[in-house]
Amino acid sequence: MVYLELFLAFLQIGLFGFGGGYAALPLIQNQVVVTHHWLTLREFADVVTLSQMTPGPIAVNASTFVGTRIAGPLGAMIATAGCILPSCLIMFIFALVYKRYQKQTLLKGVMETLRPVVVGLIGSAAVSLILLSFFGTDTFHKITSPDWIAVLLFAASFFALRKWKISPMLLMGCGGVAGLVFYGVLQL
Amino acid sequence: MQKEKYFYFKLFWYMFRLSACTLGGGYVIVPFMRDLFVDRLHWIAEEEMLDYVALSQSAPGAVAVNASVMVGYRLGGIRGLLVSVCGTVLPPLLLLSVLSYVYSFFITNAVIAGILKGMQACIAAVVADVVVSLASPYIKTRKFLSVVLMAAAFLAVAVWKVNAVYVVLAGMGIGIFLTVLKQKRGMKNGLS
Repeated sequence: MVYLELFLAFLQIGLFGFGGGYAALPLIQNQVVVTHHWLTLREFADVVTLSQMTPGPIAVNASTFVGTRIAGPLGAMIATAGCILPSCLIMFIFALVYKRYQKQTLLKGVMETLRPVVVGLIGSAAVSLILLSFFGTDTFHKITSPDWIAVLLFAASFFALRKWKISPMLLMGCGGVAGLVFYGVLQL
Repeated sequence: MQKEKYFYFKLFWYMFRLSACTLGGGYVIVPFMRDLFVDRLHWIAEEEMLDYVALSQSAPGAVAVNASVMVGYRLGGIRGLLVSVCGTVLPPLLLLSVLSYVYSFFITNAVIAGILKGMQACIAAVVADVVVSLASPYIKTRKFLSVVLMAAAFLAVAVWKVNAVYVVLAGMGIGIFLTVLKQKRGMKNGLS
């Protein structure tokens, strides 16, 4: 029963994929390439590339891709449901606990300590996004000359955000148009 | 919170839009969420949003989906949770279903790559901007411990490539320790 297999494989990915994003990659690869042979290694690499180019979590992208490939749209839905079910249940419990004990001293104290930690985490995501945009890689020792168009776009965007508080969604649209002009049209 | 007409429909549409914008990883949802739910709609407080991110990171699964569970439940109970998760999952589900048939064209097309490169530079700026906004209150008020924790979390993930789950768990441990310590001190002072 291919639907059940899809569901169970992605349930495991959803249950053990701590750390989100790329931390879950080896886990997905193991299920999809090694255990079930649903994709070749080459195809899996393409899914990772595709995930970087599309919105949404990589685990959801992978489950949709594999599900569609193996069993059509229904397969995609079943694989995705399996993938998000464990975390939805766990987060639901967290949400209940948070609501109930929000005003309690211990939870309040822990949350207050965690907030700057989260800001630090978002900071590291920002640095890796900047490196990726400027140099095409986010590993320090692979850095070569920067992509000056990206640097310019970043600087202009940052200025617009700080100075005029422009909406991020509008900015992204502008970025797409700028990308089309600078990378697409001018360099063809 | 009082529910206006079409509340669940709106919630769905907002989450759908947010999810469609999270190009480049889970944390990209933070600036978009802050802009919409905190700054424009005033549905949740900034501290609350950071708590949701912390909790999302400590459970398995994608940060964006986990955060949408928290936000959905907070705003509309169980029905809100379901609506919010559907809104978050649908954009990648629809897009990838279609792209799985034509993906080789998509990943090799130079024009698409150009558009995405432009968007990526802007997204990097959007996330950098939210980091400056979130970090500056801690730095301005000179909360020593908070600044140290922030820097340590940053270095751990950015430089030493520690999995973010361990960073959050360590933060929780420190938080429990400090809170218990404070309570004990408070009790002693109360007695004497």
